[in-house]
Amino acid sequence: MKIIVCIKQVPDTVDVKIDPKTGNLIREGLPVIINPDDKAGIEAALAIKEQTGATIQVVSMGPPQADVALREALAMGCDEAVLISAREFGGSDTYATSGIIAAAIRKLGMPEILITGRQAIDGDTAQVGPQIGEKLHIPQVSYVEEIQEVTADHLIVKRQFEDGYHIIKIKTPCLLTAIGELAKPRYMTVSGIVEAYNKEIKVLGFEELKDDLELDMIGTKGSPTNVYQSFPKQLKAPGTVLKDMSDDELVAAIMAKLEEKHVI
Amino acid sequence: MEGFKLTKTQELQRELFHTFAENEIRPIARDMDEAEEYSMELVKKMQKCHFFGIPYSKEYGGAGADVLTYTLAMEELSKVDASTGITLSVHTSLCCSCINEFGTEEQKQTYLRPLIDGSKIGCFALTEPNAGTDASGVQKEAKKEGDHYILNGTSIFTTNSGFADTFIVFALTDKSKGPKGMSAFIVDRTMPGVSVGTNIPRMGIRAASNCEVAYEDVVVPADRLLGQEGKGYKIAMQALAGGRIGIGAQSVGIAQGAINEAMKYVKERKQFGKPISKFQNTQFKLAEMQTKVDAARLMVWRAAQAKDAHENYAPLAAMCKLFASDVVNEVTRGCVQLFGGYGYSREYPVERMMRDAKITEIYEGTSEAMKMVISGSMKI
Repeated sequence: MKIIVCIKQVPDTVDVKIDPKTGNLIREGLPVIINPDDKAGIEAALAIKEQTGATIQVVSMGPPQADVALREALAMGCDEAVLISAREFGGSDTYATSGIIAAAIRKLGMPEILITGRQAIDGDTAQVGPQIGEKLHIPQVSYVEEIQEVTADHLIVKRQFEDGYHIIKIKTPCLLTAIGELAKPRYMTVSGIVEAYNKEIKVLGFEELKDDLELDMIGTKGSPTNVYQSFPKQLKAPGTVLKDMSDDELVAAIMAKLEEKHVI
Repeated sequence: MEGFKLTKTQELQRELFHTFAENEIRPIARDMDEAEEYSMELVKKMQKCHFFGIPYSKEYGGAGADVLTYTLAMEELSKVDASTGITLSVHTSLCCSCINEFGTEEQKQTYLRPLIDGSKIGCFALTEPNAGTDASGVQKEAKKEGDHYILNGTSIFTTNSGFADTFIVFALTDKSKGPKGMSAFIVDRTMPGVSVGTNIPRMGIRAASNCEVAYEDVVVPADRLLGQEGKGYKIAMQALAGGRIGIGAQSVGIAQGAINEAMKYVKERKQFGKPISKFQNTQFKLAEMQTKVDAARLMVWRAAQAKDAHENYAPLAAMCKLFASDVVNEVTRGCVQLFGGYGYSREYPVERMMRDAKITEIYEGTSEAMKMVISGSMKI
């Protein structure tokens, strides 16, 4: 069994600052990390590896510096690492990016299980994973919070939903998008880091993927969307807590408020 | 390390040690100090990440990293808890190194392997109630009888002894020869006649285990002798020389940890209408302290690099320990002073760091012993 985990290197946005003039993220001095949902995906893959002896390829698209994220994944226990990187890929939006990653996965050979994070903390689109699945024509389950059963031809997974969850049986090959609840990532090990830097990272550039990609499908040219403006979130006013009232009074107070706001 | 920069591998190792220390050790460091007890759960977590065999060969199950990486572990772990630093140090650079450097192939496979994979913890039993800096005054005795030795005596301040499995014990095999009659043995805690006392109450590194150990007619098979008879003193001195690099790194860690705490505090604490970070006294004090810590760190890295390169590192190790242990005492005292009354309270960790700092001038050779080593190497 082969598993591919797609990861993205992102700025650690715990203490993020926005340039008030340009509205852009100030990336300077921000430490970079593996996107948290993706890291949960790595852990889930490692758990399957321990259970089934599967091999794990970890794949990232980004500049050469994304190498560190791949080394970290290797140091956690992934077997091979692939960096998708080329000047031609720069400026790609989610649509172009998913096309490039799908081409890379076809090149690497379709795995039984393909895992991506639900969304990256720098862009928050949650689009790339599902788009990869669509472009590879494989079934997918997003928001996976538990993998309950793994066999060669199907998986049973639990999908988080707004007001509950779904238990889904899905045929392999398939794509799962992982949420943080899926697994608590393990630490790297000291020996894992030594080995990670002794391994070679395979690089797939435009040359390697060009049979499967047109120049007008990638980069800025192949991107139907553009970021128009980014801005820090405005804090919402705090909610009101109603207390020391009977149930009837509470209902009346809520109804009055909803009417006042023209909700009903 | 190249020039004054860490390699990418070392950078990633440092990130691992840092993250582990922040997530796993920081939340329990104060409680361990109060309870005067080390967490065995933490030992297991460290084992999982392969912390107990950092600079040892993969051939024996080690991580295959270098001595410099080991100093990064010592610094990062000691930043939040000096007791964790010494627990790792005694295991790695005192116990494991004796077997790694003087053990036979069979001894390495049998005794070193479980130590460096972390399934067993090691300690080093040299110091006795009447043999401290004058290690040649050791009185423990090992009498040969056929295919074994009969070991008798006492060791004191034996770090890790409360939970260690493997003890490197130094004892006289020939009393008439003084230090040249000293030999080193690999002793198991489970051997009949080995009894470990209670944790000795201490000023600092209170979470570490530090007991008196008695050896009463312990039958030690002859194949547990390290090197040859009479080589014990040399083995002990060599292990201690290497260990000093780790204590230098521990000192740098405690000092940097205290500065980091002070940096947070001075930005929050307001007096005379502004944060105390805005006062030049605070800024200059922190600038002086950070400069000294940086200098100490470079000395530690230089000694580690010399050991990695199999150069004569002993004087460099003594210098880095002498300097760094002095710096950490000055820095932790200075940080408590910046905190004022709150620094003296147990609410903040700097008082613990100040208590922990003192031992770095004492163990694995006092500062005075370091000066003996350094001046000796200068051939004055």
